[in-house]
Order: sequence, then structure tokens, then C-alpha cells
Amino acid sequence: MKAEEAHAYRAVTWNEPIIYALGRKGRQGFAIPEVEKDVKKAAGLALTYVPEKMLRKEIELPELSEPEVVRHFLRLSQETFGVDSGINVGVGTCTMKYNPKINEMLARSSKAIDIHPLQDAECVQGILELMYKLKGWLCEISGMDDLSFQPRGGAHAVFTNACIIKAYHKLINEQEERDEIITTVLSHPCNGGSPAVAGFKIITLYPNPETGIPSIEALKAAVSKHTAGLMITNPYDTGVFDINIEEYVKTIHEVGGLVAIDQANANCVLGRLRIGDSGVDLCHFNLHKTFSTPHGSCGPGSAPILVKEELSQFLPVPTVEFDGHRYYLDYDRPNSIGKVGEFYGVVPNVIRAYAWIMSVGGEGLEEVSETAVVNNNYLIKKLLKIRGVSLPWGELSPLRMHEVRLSLEKMKQDTGIGIEDVNRRIVDFGIQRCFTSHEPWIVKEPFTPEPTEACTKEDLDRFAEVFRQISDEAYANPEMIREAPHNCSISKVDLSPSTDPKKWAMTWRAYVRKHR
Amino acid sequence: MLKTKRKLGLIVNPIAGMGGRVGLKGTDGESTVQKAMELGALSVSPDRTVEALKVIACSDNDIDLVTYPSDMGEEESRRLGLKPTVIGTIERNHTTAHDTKKAARDMLKSRVDLVLFAGGDGTARDICEAIAQNVPALGIPAGVKIHSGVFAVNPRKAGELALNFLQGQAPLHEAEVMDIDEDAFRRNRVSARLYGYLRVPYEKQLVQDVKSGSFDTMDERRSQEAIAAHVVDRMDSKYYYVLGPGTTVKAIADKLGIGKTLLGVDVVRGGKVVAKDLNEKQLLRLLEGNRAKLILSPIGGQGFVLGRGNQQISPDVIRRIGKSNITIVATLSKLSSIGLGRPLLVDTGEPEVDKMLSGYMRVVTGYNEEIMLEIST
Amino acid sequence: MPVHHYIPNSVPEIKREMLKEIGVKNAEEIFAVIPEGIKCKRRLRLPHSSPEHEVKKAIETILSRNKTCNEVTSFLGAGCWPHYVPAVCDEVNSRSEFLTAYTGEVYSDLGRYQALFEFQSMIGDLVAMDAVSFPLYDWATAASDAGRMALIITGRREILVPRTMSPERLSVIRACCGDSAVIRQVDYNAGSGQLDLEDLEKKISSKTAAVYLENPSYLGFIETAGDDVSDIAHKHGALSIVGVEPLSLGMLTPPGEYGADIVCGEGQPLGMHMSFGGALLGFLAFHDDLKFVSATGHRLVSLAATKREGEFGFAYVLPERTMFAAREKTATITGTASVLWAITAAVYMSLLGPSGLRKLAQVIMQRCYYAAKLLSCIKGLKAPIFSSPHFEEFTVNFGNRKVHDVNSALLKQGIQGGKDLSYEFPELGNSALYCVTEVHAKEDIERLATILDGVVE
Repeated sequence: MKAEEAHAYRAVTWNEPIIYALGRKGRQGFAIPEVEKDVKKAAGLALTYVPEKMLRKEIELPELSEPEVVRHFLRLSQETFGVDSGINVGVGTCTMKYNPKINEMLARSSKAIDIHPLQDAECVQGILELMYKLKGWLCEISGMDDLSFQPRGGAHAVFTNACIIKAYHKLINEQEERDEIITTVLSHPCNGGSPAVAGFKIITLYPNPETGIPSIEALKAAVSKHTAGLMITNPYDTGVFDINIEEYVKTIHEVGGLVAIDQANANCVLGRLRIGDSGVDLCHFNLHKTFSTPHGSCGPGSAPILVKEELSQFLPVPTVEFDGHRYYLDYDRPNSIGKVGEFYGVVPNVIRAYAWIMSVGGEGLEEVSETAVVNNNYLIKKLLKIRGVSLPWGELSPLRMHEVRLSLEKMKQDTGIGIEDVNRRIVDFGIQRCFTSHEPWIVKEPFTPEPTEACTKEDLDRFAEVFRQISDEAYANPEMIREAPHNCSISKVDLSPSTDPKKWAMTWRAYVRKHR
Repeated sequence: MLKTKRKLGLIVNPIAGMGGRVGLKGTDGESTVQKAMELGALSVSPDRTVEALKVIACSDNDIDLVTYPSDMGEEESRRLGLKPTVIGTIERNHTTAHDTKKAARDMLKSRVDLVLFAGGDGTARDICEAIAQNVPALGIPAGVKIHSGVFAVNPRKAGELALNFLQGQAPLHEAEVMDIDEDAFRRNRVSARLYGYLRVPYEKQLVQDVKSGSFDTMDERRSQEAIAAHVVDRMDSKYYYVLGPGTTVKAIADKLGIGKTLLGVDVVRGGKVVAKDLNEKQLLRLLEGNRAKLILSPIGGQGFVLGRGNQQISPDVIRRIGKSNITIVATLSKLSSIGLGRPLLVDTGEPEVDKMLSGYMRVVTGYNEEIMLEIST
Repeated sequence: MPVHHYIPNSVPEIKREMLKEIGVKNAEEIFAVIPEGIKCKRRLRLPHSSPEHEVKKAIETILSRNKTCNEVTSFLGAGCWPHYVPAVCDEVNSRSEFLTAYTGEVYSDLGRYQALFEFQSMIGDLVAMDAVSFPLYDWATAASDAGRMALIITGRREILVPRTMSPERLSVIRACCGDSAVIRQVDYNAGSGQLDLEDLEKKISSKTAAVYLENPSYLGFIETAGDDVSDIAHKHGALSIVGVEPLSLGMLTPPGEYGADIVCGEGQPLGMHMSFGGALLGFLAFHDDLKFVSATGHRLVSLAATKREGEFGFAYVLPERTMFAAREKTATITGTASVLWAITAAVYMSLLGPSGLRKLAQVIMQRCYYAAKLLSCIKGLKAPIFSSPHFEEFTVNFGNRKVHDVNSALLKQGIQGGKDLSYEFPELGNSALYCVTEVHAKEDIERLATILDGVVE
């Protein structure tokens, strides 16, 4: 791919109106079947039982025909950039890997979608079997003993694990004392946020400036009889593997706490490291990251939690079990923390993850993690050749796992162009913008690529080439970047509504009220 | 979109930093300036100012630049092709602290949105004396003595931060203006005094912040309130609480509904004031035979938690109280101006006490929120 | 390891090229950072890689053991309801752009932001509130978040909930609010099922942060005194939170018009297949007021102008509030939740429009009423138990017949009976919750009545 061809991209630009401006009064996109005569006769009075004040006067919604609805949303989809659309290697921590289409076919089949969660177990043996078997596979992959699919996303999973930690200490009569959770600032923010919602006090460790991971001394100084547990992400979003993990587990266990690992970044350790083997007590996976289920424009995902045997009793109810003959939902768990969401979890994604593991197979998981880290380190090598780009903690360790946090601080200092500007420019080339970093920005002007195993070498070369071109622009013609994007569906957004209650509008009705 | 023209006030102290290159420590006092010039010292702050202004000149923002004549800002502005509004007059050939203060007061009268000044701690002190917290200010580092927390990390950053603030993208926090005992300094003894506070913009993303996007000291105040609530909830009426200087510690007193000296060391017990603005001797007398706890906050831009601005808390006082009774409090915006994750420093004057304090300690950053930071010398 | 079709660079030659560029001999050098002691000692015990047709066959075989609601006539609801899903809904949420996008900025992803804004707008109109948050996991977690908002806004700790609320949702609220909230139940009127206003007056105090109401109730009846409940709450300085099934709002007065401060609910009926309870969509709406906005940690998408005249884009409201900027201070555990379903709901509401939603609500109510009427004619049965008007669901009491036995007998005839309520509401005796919607034809309902008649004899 030549650099000149880079300008060939132009995003679809429909200037599609907000749907409230479309349609005409009287149009309808769907016909509701009439009730039969007998039903109408018998039920005719039904409405009159509803008190007048509870009967709705009017609804203000758009009125469109079916083709209008289809066209509108089709156009909006064309103005959206998914994994299938183009290069997403810059979107780290999200693991934007390929979402296989056979998984869609299976997860959308009638046998998968037309079942109600409360149907008699006899009628849902199929789906229960898939859930049970995937549980087994995920336990095998992680070295844990039991699992719940109930949490829907990472923050939800970490919250659930925090509740289990709480329940554990309550059972052994130490809940009053054990009110602190230790985490690290480079873990996902929910590793501090979710336990705080669960009522814990949070102690955060910061990374050592040379190594990018906290020092053991810091952890040892933080633990006490108040320590309920440690909740961290490993490896970190920076791509650095925390080699102190064994020491952490030892230190926390010594004071009677539990260790929970956020495995959002498990893509680089599949088949190589079973986190349970290192003594960790709880963890979770993000099926929409590591196990190929699609991100859905930001959900639904799925984040099953996994625990060691002694914590199994606390799992949310029900769990899926097998008695040798039949699969069933087990509600008989007196020490369960209760429920953290309705029903059982994002079941369609269980089907997808199951299909993906079947497809790659056990040995394939090793290929996944190997290719993921090779892709990433290849990209790092290429990006570091570009002016303005640097690798934090690079002197001590030039290699990373599956993703990497790089810095454009040098470029910012030299040219005034930083990552937010670059992100608005890179989309002009038909490439998805880079994930920067969760706050606080320990690394300045951060960006976090994560190729995953599913990109091509050509993707990586192209990404690096475009990045180099943008870097050249920053040093020679920064105005181009400052006023970007130029090739997208819209131009630079005026962010003033972000902070002005008189301007912001989360609904059309609010907009009309404030601006018309 | 709102497009009211923002006004930037620029004050350059042209002689700041002159001492450094020729081995002098600061340029306060006419005799030192004479000496520096004799040694062939060149003015440093004008170039630094130009570096900072470049960022603003290159942006497409409509900003009204207001400055003082000749090398107090006018020359530096024109070097970049900017057309500033020049106010005030300079009487003498080379400028003094008097001129800096006058300029600052004139800026205040001109209703600038931000006072951008180039200089060192001495300049900051002059600015502070003139405008206190009546208008936000930001320092372009150009002096030898930079202990205050009111300076950006380098000239370019100063320009960026000023621009961000004028665009409504940077919140404000209160930062310390420090000044050093000049004579002691020239005799190789560092002894910094907490002089006062300025409202200074800071970079949002480097910091975790509380709620509301109102670009005001509200953000930091909320953090301080949370910290205060955390500390007050744990207070034990059997202890004397020695409260160090600073706005975060003051917030604790505010929570208790009592007054506190902003720059001094006070003692409270049972939620009531026992004594205010104590020196070392008074502190030791009070602590005689009593249990006490100490609440400290880092002072200045370098992260000293002991040894700058709170020397009343001497090694003896610390030994009397004991390390386990020390609580450090700091907002994340404060820590980010020092460098998030960087160690906090102690310089009590006694290496043994410094050593005792070294290692990791908890720092309270919010309600039920603490971080581990290294204390080092 | 043979080349895999999902892994383009698994071709050995390509990998070799890349390793050379990195400057290592093999990938093991990169993995050397992992301490030897914790590395896998053995191969994972998992099946071998399977080609696509084997994957398809294996999973289809397993799933074939399911009996769907097309093969069994099901009268189950209770938080996940059977509704007809227009083909356009699946068409749109199969669009791979929507399916495989994630969190790009508005420049590359204008479409999904706009679809989301349109979802927010339609929910706003449906429930009559001006501010709607990013989509959430489900009704239960949305209700928990609503509760936490009330705790923050009022500074109080108590939340009053109806005794008739969904026990699952109550369990989730307890788990999610944990120690920060005290949750107390308010009694219901034994005859009508309605929230007992006298008991509410007795239990509410200056400690109450909010009163939560479900409308329609979990037990199917419509709460008709929502305005009184809101008044009582406000009189004591508490907030009024109402949880809804949105299709009911096609014909029922929206909570925003009877004093609700926060509205939450389940969006699954708006175009999502039941999926074994795995396709839920929580929504949260509240006053467009800084106080409320500051109390939630969710992402909030706002319409915004761009630098081009007449063009629009989108921006996040006060982004510092969210978990992504404020870590421990946030009051939510929602991250990646359900945007694809929100887009689907927007499609659904666009297709039905105001008249479609009104008609659908009427049809559901009519069918539901018809079913209750037929069942109440059966000797020994009481349907519904409560005297209030019902929407979509109603309780059936089976006298001295155990629900479990009735359901077993029904199943033998290809009918899935309603949810057994005997454990959740023992005071209702042997009772079940029956759901009837537009998907139940007259024949289905009559067949149910006939067979039930035979079963309870």
C-alpha cells in the first residue's frame, strides 16, 4: 500500500437527519395483528378498567414506513467503523479481534434465541449443556475451579468478585476489620471503582518510574489486618506483565486476604499461563475481548467470573450443573451473594465463545497468544522508528505482551501536536483512532495499540506508514492535523455542550426545549 | 459557540535567573544584580517568555494580550509579531520588585483572565503580594529558585496551560508560593518559607478528578472536602492533632468548623482549637506528656512534606509524635503538579529522622481513598 | 500448528519475517518475562481445532435438544417477555458495522452515536423525561443505579420498595447497593395488589432517599396511584423512582407525568429475542438537571454542533464524572453493557411509531384480559388474584393444586405454564404468573384453558 493511496479514503457522509425530522404523520413501519372478534368482544371493556388519569394522552415519536426505517439505519451503520470495516490495531485494551460469522449464525438460530430463561429444564438441555461445557473450558484455560456467567461486563465482574471477597470475610467473621482493597493505578479503573461501590476503602499503588510496575515494598507497606484483598489487572494495559505477581499473592495471603485478577488482557497468556496456578483466588474473562464475541457498538459483552473451589459457595445463583444425566440450574446455594443481574448472563455470547474455542482448539489458543505478542512487538519496532514516538520504561524492557502504551510526548514538545490531535487525523485514513489511556495519564500523550492475533502484517505496515505520515505532517504542516478530521462524516465537534447544562441535550425533546 | 475575547496579562521579570548561570543563587537585591551583570550574566527570562508565547501566538485563538513596557513583556511579545496592549510605565533602567508588583496590580485593574509571569520564587512572591487569589496566575520558570508550586514544568508547557485555561479547558487549584531565606541560601542552607497562595491552572488528564466540569477551584475543593471528611471521621478526642500548613489541611479545620492559619502550624483537640501558629518550642511544650498525631501536606512544587514551609515541625517534634501517628494528605491535582507517583521528600535537617521517615507511606487522596507513595530524602 | 483461518500471520514464513524485524529468535524470548514458576506446565485439555462445518454441526446438535417457544406454547414472562421481533430489527443489528464497532470517537462512528441519541430520545418521549443515560445491563442494575443516585442526591440512606416487586430485582439491588443503603419493603393491598399508601406513610421518614415503584407490577397489575406515591415521596423530601416495562407506555401515562424523578426499566421487549434471558437492555432516565447528572457516573451522550454550519455531532456530558476519569468516586458498575440492543430498540420504536405502540399495548391488554377471563371460569382457579387492571401478566391461584404439578401436566401437552410464585410469595398460596402478549393467538389461549381445565379436575 503506497502512501499516496492513503488519501483515497473518504468516509460515507450522508448528513442524515435525526430521525425526528423524517417521516410523515400517519406512516407506520409495522402492522400490529388485529385481535380476533371473540377476544375483542370479551376484552373490549378491558381498557375501561384503567382509570382515566392512567390512560396516555399522546406519544411524540417519529412516524416512518418500513423502507424509511431501513434506509435511515443502514446509512447510520455505514457511518460507523467496526472491526470488519478497517484497521483497528490502535484500539488497545479492547482486543478488537475478528468476530467469526459462523458464530453469528449459531447465536442467532431459533434454537438459541426463542427460549425463555424460566422454561422447564427438560426443554433447555441444549443451552445448559453449552453453558456447562464452556464453564469447564474456561476453568481449564484459567486454572480455576468454578464459574458464573452472570456478570455482563468487566466492571460488573470486578464488582461481583469484590462482593465475593466481602462474603468470604463475613463468613469467617472478619468482615468488620477487612475493609480495604489494594489496587494499582495502571489497572482498569473499575478495579478501584467497583470495590468502592461494594463498600471497600481503596488503596492505590503507583508504578515504579523505571519498571512500570509497583514495587513489592509498596505493597508490603500497604497490607495490614484491614486488607480484604488485592484486585489488579495483569498484564497491565501498558502491555507490561507484572512479574511480582507471585510475591503479591504470597504477601496478600500471608495477611489473610484474597487476590483477584482482571483478565481483560488474557489474550497474551492463553495456553501459556493459567492464572489459577499462581495462587490467585478469583479472576474474570471478557468474552467480548479475548474470546471473539463482537463488541456490539459497546455491548452486549460478557464477563464470566471464575473462582477457586473454596469460594464456589459464594457465586451468584443459579449456577449451571450436571448430575451425570441432566443439566440443571442450581439455586440451592445458601452462601451465595445473591444475584448481580437478572437471569443468567449474556447467553448468546456463551454460544459464540464456545464456537470460537472449538474453532481454534487447545493448541490454537497458543497460536493466538503467540501471534498476538509477535504482531504487537513487530508494530512497536516499526513505530519506534517514527519521529516523536517513545516507549515508556523502554530502556529496561523493550518488549511488551499483546499491547503497548507508547507516548507522543516528544512530538508534543517539538510540535505542539499531541495524541488527541493525531487521533482526529488518523481517521482521515480509514483507520480507527487509537485508545489513549484510562485516567490519570501516568504516561503523557499516551496511545495504546493492540493488534491482536487477527490482523495481517500488511495492516501493521500500513498503520505504521500512516503514523509516519502523520508524524511528518506534525513536524512540517501541523495545521492539517489541528483542523482534522477532513475525510470523515463530520468536522470537528464543538465541545461546549459538554459542560453547559443550558446547552447539552441527551434527547430530542431536551434539544427542542433548549434551542428552538 | 461562546467567543468572548479572553485577556492575557503578561509580566516578565527580566533579571530573574541571571544569577544562576554565573553561580549566584538568585537575584534579589540590587547588589546581587550588580554582581551578576559584572560577571557577564545574560537575561534568561525573555527567551523563556518567547518560548511560552510561541504556543499562544501559533494558535488561532483570539486573545487580547496586555503587558508592561520594554523588557517586562512588550519586547518579548513583539518579537513574535504579537500586538499587545501596553500599559503602565517603568521609571528606571532595570526593573525591580516594585515594578513587578505594580504591573500585577495594573493587570488586576485591567481585568485580565490570567496573569502569566516569567521569573522565579521571588517574582511569584511579588505577584502574590499584589493579586493574591483575585485572579488566576501561572509562572513561566525562569528563575534559579523554583520551590513554589505555581510554575509550569517548562516554558512551552506554561504557554500550553495558559492557552488551555483561556479556552476553558483547564481547571484551577491553589498552589503555594514559597520563598527562601536568601541569606541562608547563599550560605548553602536551604530554608523555604511558605509565603502565600495563587490560583493556578493545571492539566486535567494528568489527574483523576472529582465531579462537575466547572473550571474553578471547585474540583480541588471537593477533593479537599472528601479528604477532610475522611480525616475527621477518624479523629480521636484523646489526641492532640498538630495541623501543618496548606489549604488541604485547612479544609480539615473547615470541616470541624474551626479557624486555622493557612501558613502556620496549629494544634486542635476534641474538635477545638488549642493553639495557633506555633513555633518549635511552643509545640514541644504542648506535646510534653501528651499523645499527638500529625497531619501534613506536601508544600511547594517539589513535593517536600517536611523541611520546606513547615520547619516548626522539627526533628524533635517528629520524634515526639512518632512515625505511625503521621498522616499525609494531598489532593491528586497537587500530587500531579509534583509528578504523580513520584516520591515525596523530607529534609528535616537530621539524617536520622529523615531515614526513619523513609519508605512507603499512605497518602489520603479522598474519602476512603489512599495511595502509597515513597518518602525519600 | 497449522495455519488458522482467523490468524493471518500464523503462516510460518510471515511470522519469521516479523520475528526478524523484532530482533528475537522466537516468540519464547518475548514470553520470557513471565516467571517460569507460573507458566503452564502442560497442554490445555481442550478439543482440537475444528473446521467450520464441524463447529456448526456440533453446536447445532447440542442446541437441537432445546424446545423453543415455537415448539412449546409458553406463558412465561417475569422479566423476559415474548414479543414478535420485526425482521428489520435483526437486519439492522446484524449490520457488521454496528456489530463489530466499539468505542471509536464520533468522527469515525457518527452512525452509532446518532442511533444511540435517537434511542435516548425515544425513551425520553416514551417515559416523559428529558435526560436519558447510556444503555445499562438490565432493569435490575438500572434500578440499583437509580437508587444510588437518590442516595447521593438526598444524602439519605433508605430506599422503600414494594413488597410486590420482582424478587430477582430486589436481590440485585441489595447486592449492588450493599451497605450504603437500607432497603425496606412497603405492604400491598391484599385485594387490589396496589401499594398500600397508608403503610407507605407509616414507613417513610426524613431518612428516606427514595420510594421505588414498579409499574406494571411484577405481578402484572397496573399501579394506578403513582401520582399519590410521588406526592408522598416529595412531601418527605425523597425522590420518586419508577421501573417500567416500556410497551405498557404505549397506552399508559408515562411516569414523567405522574411525578417520577428517575425512571428505569427493561428494554428487551423493544425488539430483542428472549435468548434465554441473555438479551437484556436496562435504561435510565431522569430530570435534565445538574444535580441529577452529577449524581450518575454513566456516560451521557449529547447532541452538539460542529465547526461546519448546519452540521451536528455528539459529545459526552461532563466526562469527568465517569469511571473512566473518576475511578473510585463513581456510583456505577456499568461499562460495556448493551448499545447494540439500544440501537435495536430505536429501530423497533421507529417501526411501530406512536400508533403502533398504542395499538400493540391495547392488543396485549386485550389478549391478557381474555386469557384471565377464560381461566377464571375454571373451577378452583382464581385469575387474576388481584382486582386491579392488568397489563401483559396476571397471577393465577390454583387452590390446593401445586403449581409444579400443574406445570408438569401442562408440559406433557406441549404447554409451558407460568412462573411458580409459591416460594417468592407464599402468602399467595399455590400461585403462578402467566404472561399473555400479542404472540398468543386465540387458539393458544383457548387450548391453555381447555387443558388446564382437564388438569385441575
